[in-house]
Amino acid sequence: MSDYIFYPGCAMESNAKAYYDSLMEIAQPLGINLQEIDDWNCCGATEYVGINLIPAYSLIARNLALAAKTGQKTVLSPCSACYLNLAKADYYMAERPALGEKVNEALAAGNLQYTPGSLDIRHLLDVLINDIGLDTLKAKVVRPLKGLRVAPYTGCMVPRPDYNKRWSDPEHPTELIDVLKAIGAEVVAFPGGATCCGGHMTQIGPDTAYELIRRLISSAEKSKADIMVTVCPMCQLNVDAYQGETNSHYGTDYEMPIVFFSQLVGLALGFPPEKLGFGSEITSTEKALSRIGMDIPEAAITEGKQRQQEGLPMPLCMRKTAKTPECKRPCAEEAKA
Amino acid sequence: MSKTPVEHVHARLDHDEDLSLLHEVSMKTAGVSRLEMCIQCGSCGGSCPSEMDMDHTPRTLFAMLRAGMREEVLLSNTPWICVSCYHCVVRCPQNVHITDVMYSLKSMAIQEKKYRDSSAPDFSETFVEMVEKYGRSYEFGLATRHYLKHSPLRMIRTAAMGLGMLKKGRLNMKPTTIKGMEQLTAILNKAKEMELAHE
Amino acid sequence: MSNDKTNKIGVYVCHCGTNISHTVDVAKVRDWAAEGLGSEGVVIARDYKFMCSSPGQELIEQDIKELGLDRVVVAACSPHLHELTFRNASKRAGLNPYLTELASIREQVSWVHTDKEAATEKAKAVVTGAVERVIENEPLEELKVAIHPDTLVVGGGIAGIQAALEIANAGKKVWLVEREASIGGHMAQFDKTFPTLDCAACILTPRMFEAGNHPNIELMTWSEVTNVAGYVGNFSVTIKKKPRYLKEELCTGCRICIEKCPTKVVDQGYEAGIGYRKAIYTSSAQAVPKYPVIDTENCNFFQKGTCKVCEKSCPTEAIDYEQKEEFLTVDVGNIILATGYDLFDARKVSNYGYGRLPNVFTSIEFERMCNAAGPTSGDIVLRDGKTTPKTVGIIHCVGSRDRNYNNYCSNICCMQSLKFAHLVKERTGDTVYDFYIDMRTPMKAYDEFYQRVLEEGTLFVRGKVAQVTDAARKASEEGKLMVQVEDTLIGKQRRIPVDMVILSIGMEPRHDAKETGKLFGIGCSANGWFTEKHAKLDPISTMTEGIFIAGTATGPKDIPTSVAQGSAAAARVLNMIMRGEVTLEPIKASVYQGQCSGCRICNSLCPFNAITFLEDRKVSEINPALCQGCGTCVAACPAGAISGTGFSNDQILAQIDGLLMDVTLADA
Repeated sequence: MSDYIFYPGCAMESNAKAYYDSLMEIAQPLGINLQEIDDWNCCGATEYVGINLIPAYSLIARNLALAAKTGQKTVLSPCSACYLNLAKADYYMAERPALGEKVNEALAAGNLQYTPGSLDIRHLLDVLINDIGLDTLKAKVVRPLKGLRVAPYTGCMVPRPDYNKRWSDPEHPTELIDVLKAIGAEVVAFPGGATCCGGHMTQIGPDTAYELIRRLISSAEKSKADIMVTVCPMCQLNVDAYQGETNSHYGTDYEMPIVFFSQLVGLALGFPPEKLGFGSEITSTEKALSRIGMDIPEAAITEGKQRQQEGLPMPLCMRKTAKTPECKRPCAEEAKA
Repeated sequence: MSKTPVEHVHARLDHDEDLSLLHEVSMKTAGVSRLEMCIQCGSCGGSCPSEMDMDHTPRTLFAMLRAGMREEVLLSNTPWICVSCYHCVVRCPQNVHITDVMYSLKSMAIQEKKYRDSSAPDFSETFVEMVEKYGRSYEFGLATRHYLKHSPLRMIRTAAMGLGMLKKGRLNMKPTTIKGMEQLTAILNKAKEMELAHE
Repeated sequence: MSNDKTNKIGVYVCHCGTNISHTVDVAKVRDWAAEGLGSEGVVIARDYKFMCSSPGQELIEQDIKELGLDRVVVAACSPHLHELTFRNASKRAGLNPYLTELASIREQVSWVHTDKEAATEKAKAVVTGAVERVIENEPLEELKVAIHPDTLVVGGGIAGIQAALEIANAGKKVWLVEREASIGGHMAQFDKTFPTLDCAACILTPRMFEAGNHPNIELMTWSEVTNVAGYVGNFSVTIKKKPRYLKEELCTGCRICIEKCPTKVVDQGYEAGIGYRKAIYTSSAQAVPKYPVIDTENCNFFQKGTCKVCEKSCPTEAIDYEQKEEFLTVDVGNIILATGYDLFDARKVSNYGYGRLPNVFTSIEFERMCNAAGPTSGDIVLRDGKTTPKTVGIIHCVGSRDRNYNNYCSNICCMQSLKFAHLVKERTGDTVYDFYIDMRTPMKAYDEFYQRVLEEGTLFVRGKVAQVTDAARKASEEGKLMVQVEDTLIGKQRRIPVDMVILSIGMEPRHDAKETGKLFGIGCSANGWFTEKHAKLDPISTMTEGIFIAGTATGPKDIPTSVAQGSAAAARVLNMIMRGEVTLEPIKASVYQGQCSGCRICNSLCPFNAITFLEDRKVSEINPALCQGCGTCVAACPAGAISGTGFSNDQILAQIDGLLMDVTLADA
C-alpha cells in the first residue's frame, strides 16, 4: 500500500460524487491508502485568484499547511482545478519569495506555516500511472472493457501548465489513453482530448461555453465514441449537465455520456456499476454500458485497416516512455494501434 | 546575489514612467510574470479557445498595457472570457504567465470597479463570499443567487437540469461548514491587509 | 604585505572611453594606487582615456624608460583583449613582458555593476590585488616551436570543403575527415539555394569532386576523430575509419550492388525520411567518394547470415564482410572544426502535429521533395505520394526563438520559408500562406527576394502559429489541416484551411557537440554552440591555439557566411604554416618533486597528456613542451606539489591579500 494525503475538494462532495465513490472502491485493490486532510477548505477554484491575490493563495496554502502537518509528503488530488491550485501555490510561493512570505504571514494568524517545496502535489491519474503502474492495473482487470469505444478527455489543468514536468505532453498527453487501453477499452482518436470544456463560462458567459462544449461533443461523436472519459469534475459537469442547453442552443441532438476514469477502472476491476456512481449522470450511460454489459462481440471492431505502405513514409514516432526510449514505429501506425 | 534577467527588467521598469502600468500588472501577478518579455507574436491570441468572444486578444491587451492604456485595458472583457485552459501559457515562446496576468487584470478591474458587464465579477465575488462564509464552495447557493440576479430566465430553462442534479444527489441543498472557520477567517483577514506589489 | 624587494611599479587606469569611467571613478582609483599603494612600491599612477591607443601605450613605455619601472599594472579590460598589447608595450621599453599585469575593471567591474561608489571601491580592490600579484611575478622567456605543415579539417560540409580546398590549393596537405559516407553535408540535400535560386547540386558537386580528387587532400569519409594529443603546431590525431565492408581500392563505383540489393529501407539520413535506400548504399549518385557502405542493421547477411547478393553481383569482388574498423594516427599543425549542425526535431512541438498529422512536413523533407533527384522527382505532393496540394501553409521559427525549445533565431528560416513559398508557387500555382513573427532578411539581395515573393502573391500572416489541427469545427474544415493563428496585424484569431503544412525547422548544435568540444579542448556556449575566441574580431578562432572553427558549428549561418568562414579559417591556418614557428606562452606547470607523493591524480586529469609518472622515483613529471598551462593539475594536486609559472601560489595568495586589503585612504 502507498500512503497519500488526500485532498478531495468540494466537487467530490457534491456534483462529482461518482468520482469520489468510484475512487473509494478502486483505491483498496490498487493499493492506494488515502488519509484525508483534516478539515480542508475550498481551493478557491478559478474565482478567488481573480479577486484578491494574497487571500486567494492563503486559502490554498491553509490546505498545504494542514497537509504538511501530517508528516507525509505526497498529496493526492483527483480534481484537476484543485490539483493545479495546490501545485501552483507551492510553485509560486518559491518562485516569488515575496508571495511566500506574505502568505506565511497570513497563515501565522491561524498558527499555521508552510515551506514551499515540502510537499509533492500529484493528480490521481499521475499516481495511478507512475506509482501503481499499468502492469499492476492490468493484472487486476477481471472484466476488460472490450468493445467500448472511449474518447479520452484529459482536459486542461492536469497537463498544463505542468510546473513540475510530470506529464508526457501538454497538448497531447498519453497518460489517460494508456490507462484506458490497460483496462481493455478501445480508445478512439480524439483530437480535443486536452481542450477546454468552458470552465466557469457555463455560469458567466454560457454562449462561450456552449461553443466549447459543442466542439468537444461533436469531435467525440465524429470519432464514433460511445462515451467520453474525464479526470476532472468541472469537465464532467459541463459536458454532462450542460449538454442539454448546448443542444437547444445549436438545435442539435447529441447524447454523449461522460464519466470519470475511475468509474471505468472500477468496472474493469469487477465492481458493479451501482457502486461506482453510475446512474448519477444527466446524459445517460445506459447505451454505452450495454456495449460491454450484455453484448460483447468476440470480434469487436478494434483497429481500422492498416495503412497501406504507399506514398511517402511517415516520420518516426517519439513517445517518451521508459520502455521504448527510441520507438522506431512510424507515428501514424501508433495512432491507429 | 546576482539578478536574473527578469529582475533586471523589473529594476529598469521602476524608473521608466512609460512602462509603469505594465510593471504594475506584472508585479501584482503571483509568480514571476515575465510580462515585460512579450514579443507580440500572437501565440496567445492564436491559441485561445474563447477568443471569438473577447474584445481584444491577450496579445493586444499586452500592447495596450505597454502603451499605458489603463482605462481601456481594465474595461476589456478579455480577462473575464479567459477560461484558464493554459494553452497560451505552454505555447508562449517567452514563457509569460498569461493566465495569471489575466487574474491580476480581473482583480484590478474589480478594485477600480471597471467593467462593462457585472455578471462575471459578481459570480466570482459571490463564489468567494460563500467560501469565506463556509470554507467550502456552495454551488446551490451560488447558482440560485447568481441566476436570480443576472439571468432569471436562464434559471427557468435550467430548472429541469438543476432538479435532475438534486435528485441524483449531485447538488447539496445545505452548505458544509468547516470546523476551523475561525482560523480560516483570521488567515483571510490578515491576508486582505496585504498586497503583492513592488518588492 | 610590504614590498621588501623595493620594486618600482607603475599603475595605469583606463577610462575605456566611458565604458569604465561611467561606472568607476577613475581618478579615485588612480589616487588610491598613487597614495594607498606607495608603500607597496607604486611610484607612478596615471589615468588615460584609452590606454590601448598609441599615446596610451607610449605613456607606459616612457615611464618604464624614464622612471626605471620594473613592474606595470594596467587596470583596463579583460586580459583576453589587451594583455598582449600591454606586454608588448613593456617589451618595447625593455621590460620583460611577464612583469606586466592586467587588472580587469571593465568586464569584472564597470560592466557588471551600476552603483558607482561601490564599483569604485571594488576597482580599487582589484587594482590592489594586481599590484600585490605583480610583485611576485618572475620574468619569463617565451618558447618557440615549429609548426607541422599539414592540417586536419573535421567535417565535410560546405564550410569544411571550402577550408580544405583553400589550403590544398596553396600547396599544403589536408586531412579531411567526414563521419558520413559522403562529403557534402546538409547543402547536398537541398534543392535550390536562396536568394539566387541556383541549384545546390550544380554549385556544390564540382567542389565535392574537387575535394575528393585533390592531390593535396587526403579524404577520409565514414571516419571519426577519436583522440587529439599535442598542442598548436604539433597535434597528433587518431582517426577511426569505420568499416564500409568493401575494399575501396577494388570498387569502381558501378552501383550494381546497390541495384541488386533486395533490402529497401526508409532513408532517415540523406532523404530525410521521405525516401528509401538499399541496405548497401551511397547517399546519392553524386556521392564523393563513390564507394557504397553496408548498413549492417538492415543487411540480410549481417542480420540473418544469408543473402550475399552484393558480393555475388560485384564484378571486381570488392565486397568484404570481414572488414574491421581501422585506426590511424596523423600529425598536423592546425585543426579546423567544421562540424556543422543538427536539425531541430519538429516532433517536440506537438501542437504542430508533425509525426501525427501526415501532411505536416519539415523543411528538410520539403527540400528533398522539391529536388528533381529526390523521392518524388521534384513533384510537390501530399504524404499519399500523389495528390498535389491546392493550399500550402509555411510556418517560420519552428523550435527557434522559443524558450520552450531554442531561444535563439535560426538565421536561415525566413529566407528558407520565402524560398519554399516561391518554389510552391512556381511549381503548382497553389495558394501559399506564410506565417511569420518577424521577417528577417538582412543580407545581400535577401530583402529583394522577399519583395519578389510578395509580388508572386504569397499571403503573409504575421503571427506565431498556435496550432495545426485536423479537428474540424465546421463542415468547411473537414478533411483540411487547420492552421490556427492570431493575425496580429488585425488582432483576430484565424483558422486557415490548408492541404499541406511546411515547418521551417531551426538549427541546433550537434547532439554530440559537448563531447567533440572536450575532444578538441574547446568550449560551448549555454546554447551548446562552440565558442569563438572573439565573437566579432576573431570569429574563426577558439580559445585553444591552433584549433580553428568554421561554419555552423558556432551557430546558425547561411551558405555564404559558412563559405566565407571556411576561407577565413584556411587563411589563418596558412598564416600559421607560413610563419613556420609559433611562440608559446611560458605559462607552464612544474612539479616540486620533493613534495610529490606519487598519487598520480594529476596524470589522468591532464587534458594534454603532458604528465608522466617516473616509476623509478615514484614521482610525476611535466613535459613543458606539452603543458598548456591550464592549471588543472595545480588545483588538483592534494600535496600542493605542482605550481604554475605565472600562476604560482605566491602570486595567487598575494593577489587575494591585495583584494581583501582595506582600500580606504587614511586621510580621506
